[in-house]
Amino acid sequence: MHELGIVTHVAKTLDEVAEENKITRIGSVTLQIGEVSGIINDYFVDCWDYFKKKHPVLADAEMKIEIIPAVTYCEDCRSEYETVKYGKICPHCHSERTWLLRGNECTIKEIEAETQE
Amino acid sequence: MKVIELHKSVTDSNDRDADRLRAEMKEAGVLLINIMSSPGSGKTTLLSSTIKGMPETRIAVLEADIDSAVDAEKIESLGAKAVQVHTDGMCHMDAGMTRAGLEGMGFEDVDLAVLENVGNLICPAEFDTGAGKNVMILSITEGDDKPLKYPLMFETSDALVISKIDALPYFNFDMEKCMERARRLNPDIQIFPLSAKTGEGMDAWISWLHEEINRWRENS
Ligand SMILES: Nc1nc2c(ncn2[C@@H]2O[C@H](COP(=O)(O)OP(=O)(O)O)[C@@H](O)[C@H]2O)c(=O)[nH]1
Ligand SMILES: [Mg+2]
Ligand SMILES: [Zn+2]
Repeated sequence: MHELGIVTHVAKTLDEVAEENKITRIGSVTLQIGEVSGIINDYFVDCWDYFKKKHPVLADAEMKIEIIPAVTYCEDCRSEYETVKYGKICPHCHSERTWLLRGNECTIKEIEAETQE
Repeated sequence: MKVIELHKSVTDSNDRDADRLRAEMKEAGVLLINIMSSPGSGKTTLLSSTIKGMPETRIAVLEADIDSAVDAEKIESLGAKAVQVHTDGMCHMDAGMTRAGLEGMGFEDVDLAVLENVGNLICPAEFDTGAGKNVMILSITEGDDKPLKYPLMFETSDALVISKIDALPYFNFDMEKCMERARRLNPDIQIFPLSAKTGEGMDAWISWLHEEINRWRENS
């Protein structure tokens, strides 16, 4: 399952971050997820709640999700449009020569954490 | 509690791990190829024909796809080395799992290592396995519009195998259109239309593999 795969990578990255920054506990994690990244948010939070128990630093970290709207760029008429509404074909000039500008990302934006010291 | 801004991609730690593995494989002079496709596109069949077509090359296969126990047996019966890797229900292989599989199998006496990735066109494209070359298989039964649906897979692949061309007369597959769509996403992609069943097109694919194996060794 896609969501579980992503969750394991988030956890791995956060374990590294915790070590580098001498973090003892993470209270929350904010992810930015693109609208067309293929990640289903409800599953994702379920996977997170199950998985975080295996990582002491994350055990009670809340997962917060921010959605990034997907935008496509048309090479022919150089306009930008909403990907989810119109798909691959440009609504302005009907060109197929279009590219996803954003909306496919999955990044860890920030965490709230307690550190030693 | 304090807020720490990270702005890290979730694939960040895997990307670094993959780069390390690639460097180690370069050092060892072993080319690792990552094969990705939808389930049933013909990965195992292509591998079997490839092993038969490269008798002088020592090939080892990491089987990560479902049915991999059967697939691994099939590959071993052809005289190649094969191990089954456990993905624990994961949708893709990452660099750590690939490394574990390679180390478990041992690759000192190998010229070409092949990873049969999990049958899925989304996740494997996002997770670098550490392979030297990425190959995607698209069977003609899946349709010529696949590049429109899974652009990232086409962008990250060095080669595209268009498989099962023996079945072209029975399917509405526009070869020219498919190639054009793939090249629009990735102008450098090498395309090999072939049939692992009849052998048509296999020569070009096998020559490419030989060239890439040599190139990998040359500057290692
Ligand atoms: N007609 C035809 N069928 C093929 C070819 N290659 C594979 N197949 C069939 O496609 C199915 C799936 O093949 P397999 O290699 O197991 O796919 P995998 O799941 O990607 O490993 C099997 O029934 C094969 O016999 C081909 O070149 N031509
Ligand atoms: Mg298979
Ligand atoms: Zn347009």
